[in-house]
Amino acid sequence: MTEAYIYDAVRTPRGRGRPGGSLNQVTPVYLAAHALKAIRDRNGLDTAQVDDVILGCVEQVGEQAADIARVAALYAGYDLAAAGVTINRFCASGLEACNLAAGQVMAGMTDLMIAGGVESMSRVPMMSAGGAWSVDPQVAAATAFVPQGISADFMATRWGMSRRDLDAYAVESQRRAARAWGEDRFKRSIVPVTDLNGLTVLDHDETMRPDATLESLAQLKPAFAEQGRSLGFDSVILQRYPEVAQIEHVHHAGNSSGIVDGAAAVLIGNRASGDALGLRPRARIRAYASIGSEPSIMLTGPSYAAEKALRRAGMSKGDIDLWELNEAFAAVVLRFMQVLDIDHGDINVCGGAIAMGHPLGATGAMILGTALDELERSGQTTALVTLCVGAGMGTATIIERV
Amino acid sequence: MINYSVDGDGIAVVEWDQPGRPQNVMNGPSLEAFFAAMDGALADDAVRGILVTSAKRDFVAGGDLQWLQRIGSAAEVFEWASGYHAATRRYERGPKPVACALPGSALGGGLELALTCHYRVAADNPGARFGLPEATLGLLPGGGGTQRLARLIGYAAAVPLLTEGQRVRAAAALGQGILDAVVPAGSERDAARTWLLSEAAGSARQPWDRKGGSIPGGGVNTPGGFQFFTAANALLRARTFDNYPAPRHILSCVWEGLGTDIDTGLLIEARYFAACVTSAEAKNMIRTQFFGLQQAGKLATRPQGVPTSQFSRIGVLGAGMMGAGIAMATANAGIEVVLLDSSVEAADRGKAYAVAQWAKWCEQGRLQPAAAQARAALIHPTTDFAELAGCELVVEAVFEDRAIKADVTRRAEAVLGADAVFASNTSTLPITGLAEASGRPTGFIGLHFFSPAEKMPLVEIIMGGQTAAATLARAMDFVKAIGKTPIVVNDARGFYTSRVFSTYVREGMALLQEGVDPVLIDKAGLLAGMPVGPLALADEVSIELMYKIVAQTRQDLGAAYVESAADQVAAHMAGTLGRLGRKNGKGFYDYPEGGRKHIWPGLAGLFPPGPQQPAAAELVERLIMVQCAETVRCLEEGVLRAAIDADIGALLGWGFPAFRGGPLGWLHTLGIARAVADLERLAQAHGDRFAVPGLLHDMAARGESFYAI
Repeated sequence: MTEAYIYDAVRTPRGRGRPGGSLNQVTPVYLAAHALKAIRDRNGLDTAQVDDVILGCVEQVGEQAADIARVAALYAGYDLAAAGVTINRFCASGLEACNLAAGQVMAGMTDLMIAGGVESMSRVPMMSAGGAWSVDPQVAAATAFVPQGISADFMATRWGMSRRDLDAYAVESQRRAARAWGEDRFKRSIVPVTDLNGLTVLDHDETMRPDATLESLAQLKPAFAEQGRSLGFDSVILQRYPEVAQIEHVHHAGNSSGIVDGAAAVLIGNRASGDALGLRPRARIRAYASIGSEPSIMLTGPSYAAEKALRRAGMSKGDIDLWELNEAFAAVVLRFMQVLDIDHGDINVCGGAIAMGHPLGATGAMILGTALDELERSGQTTALVTLCVGAGMGTATIIERV
Repeated sequence: MINYSVDGDGIAVVEWDQPGRPQNVMNGPSLEAFFAAMDGALADDAVRGILVTSAKRDFVAGGDLQWLQRIGSAAEVFEWASGYHAATRRYERGPKPVACALPGSALGGGLELALTCHYRVAADNPGARFGLPEATLGLLPGGGGTQRLARLIGYAAAVPLLTEGQRVRAAAALGQGILDAVVPAGSERDAARTWLLSEAAGSARQPWDRKGGSIPGGGVNTPGGFQFFTAANALLRARTFDNYPAPRHILSCVWEGLGTDIDTGLLIEARYFAACVTSAEAKNMIRTQFFGLQQAGKLATRPQGVPTSQFSRIGVLGAGMMGAGIAMATANAGIEVVLLDSSVEAADRGKAYAVAQWAKWCEQGRLQPAAAQARAALIHPTTDFAELAGCELVVEAVFEDRAIKADVTRRAEAVLGADAVFASNTSTLPITGLAEASGRPTGFIGLHFFSPAEKMPLVEIIMGGQTAAATLARAMDFVKAIGKTPIVVNDARGFYTSRVFSTYVREGMALLQEGVDPVLIDKAGLLAGMPVGPLALADEVSIELMYKIVAQTRQDLGAAYVESAADQVAAHMAGTLGRLGRKNGKGFYDYPEGGRKHIWPGLAGLFPPGPQQPAAAELVERLIMVQCAETVRCLEEGVLRAAIDADIGALLGWGFPAFRGGPLGWLHTLGIARAVADLERLAQAHGDRFAVPGLLHDMAARGESFYAI
């Protein structure tokens, strides 16, 4: 089997994902093209050699519809020969794009790929694309659909996490993100967004709140209590899990991932294509995996995905130096740490989406780059990157520095 | 069946008039005649417009369920529905305007038929109701109702009407856009005729057949539609525990159907309709809630040859919660009530209970203040037994104490006429024993009301050993007179309802003792379709009461009494710990003031949950099958006289899930052979309370079933 290598990874800063947020001024295709240009330019890529551009994007409707990967590649001035495909594995789309690219390289069907993702949550809000799952009466009934926030609150209830546990995690995420920015740990990946004049639109992650404290978070109202009670969702998940009496609604804006805009790109290829372009590989993709699990609780997939990827790589938990799990909700990370018995010091060391936001389709590619940067900075070797995914899925990737 | 005439203006009048029935109903023959008339009018050049109406008080009352059940397979139902749609579409899309004049109610298929017409005018008839109640019988409106109503008034307004089967008055139907006009009764045909001759009628088209026509509130594939159906799906499941396919299928018809044109939508509806008609849930609900209640309401089992009794004055002994409720129900029917208690204050309190409720009804607009006053005037609180003179029937609702009951029986009988019925509202004491205090036990009977008596629709009539058939007939007449449904059972400990209902509660307590998590136990009750979990129910009826009944039974039976797990749990909770139930705020649950009730934390110490908890489905099976087995025993022992009484009593008496049809309906659904096998397995694992009754064995051996459908 051919090895797949990561040659480079870039990301835009993340802008507050609503009107008034800095990146709301630019379109998602502009954001995606911006990341594609950056990875091309700083690696001196001949884009005629790029077999395909795979981008993750969740809300593929409106200006994000109709294969934004191909359109962004064209807009970025890529050679016409570089194809483009857009994929959707909900929150792991960006990582899944990287995995699919790596898989094609490993299979010997492609040589050089660009993977990544884009999401302008300010211009194409969550749920814009609709979908059958929640709305089709037969499907919703067969799967006991509830929205993610309800699942997250249910997880916290079921495994005894208090509001204070979650808030403490969130405060630490903010602290770590601030430290990482303060120490320029994201420097290698960040590509500031500039406008058509070259003026800077955004050069930092916009949603961070380094001054957050347990006390300040305690003021925030639970985000999902109202929909849980008045729209029947609490009852639905409690029917699915009859051993649980009631739900404590403990997640809020401060211990859940931020709604943001952003894009990312990762250059993946085999050894020969890198050599031909004079590029030095930064890491090897050891293994990847996606899994499905119970969709109503929805967010417990990462540990299963991680275990599956470890099995595929012939590795064990102890072989991983650094863990990166998307902070969709604080309970997701705390549960992952419980199940795999991972020390908080080894996971999300630069903070995560609670501080910096979660641009759905792009996040997976962004945190892959974050993990790679951190391995290089710390001199560690292996990292496992994973995300919880809607409808009970999970996706994970193991990389190893070379 | 369908009268047809054409008048001088070229208006064809198509008039429903089914012979030998008080109501027009839709079935194969009546629809065939109707469609033939409509096709004839379309083909007749002399006809310029068509007026559809009824010669009876109401328009069409709906589908003929007996006929519908005979259609048979899903393929046949689908084929029938497709044919119906083709026939209605011929005139709906035809060149001639069709108006519908509704003299009274149009329900179910009747309203659906009205919706196929271009113009609907109804008489301003206070008794008329409009709605699509199919979902309440496990069906969906299969005559285009889901498609036309939702397209006419929008999905948001249509979904509650469709899924909950609400019936509305003419004014509300007009306000919602279901009717085009409401006119003084008797002028509806003229109004329809006027419209047919108007210019507007010339270009009449249904909204869904108009080019560029839109649905009020927008389509389903919109952000609004997405939010609406996402919430509607969850709210439906929260309400039904996904036990009722019909309302889910209705949501699907609207959601899928409104995404396409009307003709495709009708096909989608026909597929879901076929699924509903052939579902066990619909068969169960139709058998018990429609035919069963219909027969019970007609007093089909009333002894013949006894003239129907009229009631002008009845007595109620004991003005507690139950007595007051019975008095209220009686006054609601316009019958005078002597409400007797041992003190004036107690008797007055009983009346005040009813008066307070009526005041609430007035606030809600359910009752006029004058009517409330008239009803209040019917209740005469007293302490004087002499006032019972002239009562045709007396209901005793005093404490469950044989001595007190015997005393009031004697004192009442002293002033009652020879034909008067004396009824005891006991829920636990055998009637034959109580009748020993009576000087004329042939006139003594049990009338077991359920609490709150003014609201609960069931009365369990208990025949004592010597009760005369004429007494039963009069008691049934009384139950009917106050608008309630009777079932008739023979005398035995716990009669029927209390006996079987208690098995549900006791099974929950047995599960607790086995180490099943109490949260899971009560959730399993809800998942089974019961209105309340068994432990929560034990708290409501009071653990103490159960404890006392057990003590009494043990005393009565002596060595023959077999102690059960539930007895031990009740003894420990009520006897040892003083956790009596909701009434003292301490039972299986705690009831914090101002907070939500929750399982008493100490319960885990008392009955430690085992490490391996069973699947909810196992508990659901036990909680249902324990009731089914006991019901068969009641039938076998002759406590029950008819299977349908068991099922009606279970649904109305303690909220046994309607989709299962009743305890016997559920065994019928399983099939008797499988029911025997299931009970054998359960008996093996959990004990003799699941043992297969001989009757069921015999039925299985003979290939018999409780019901035909």
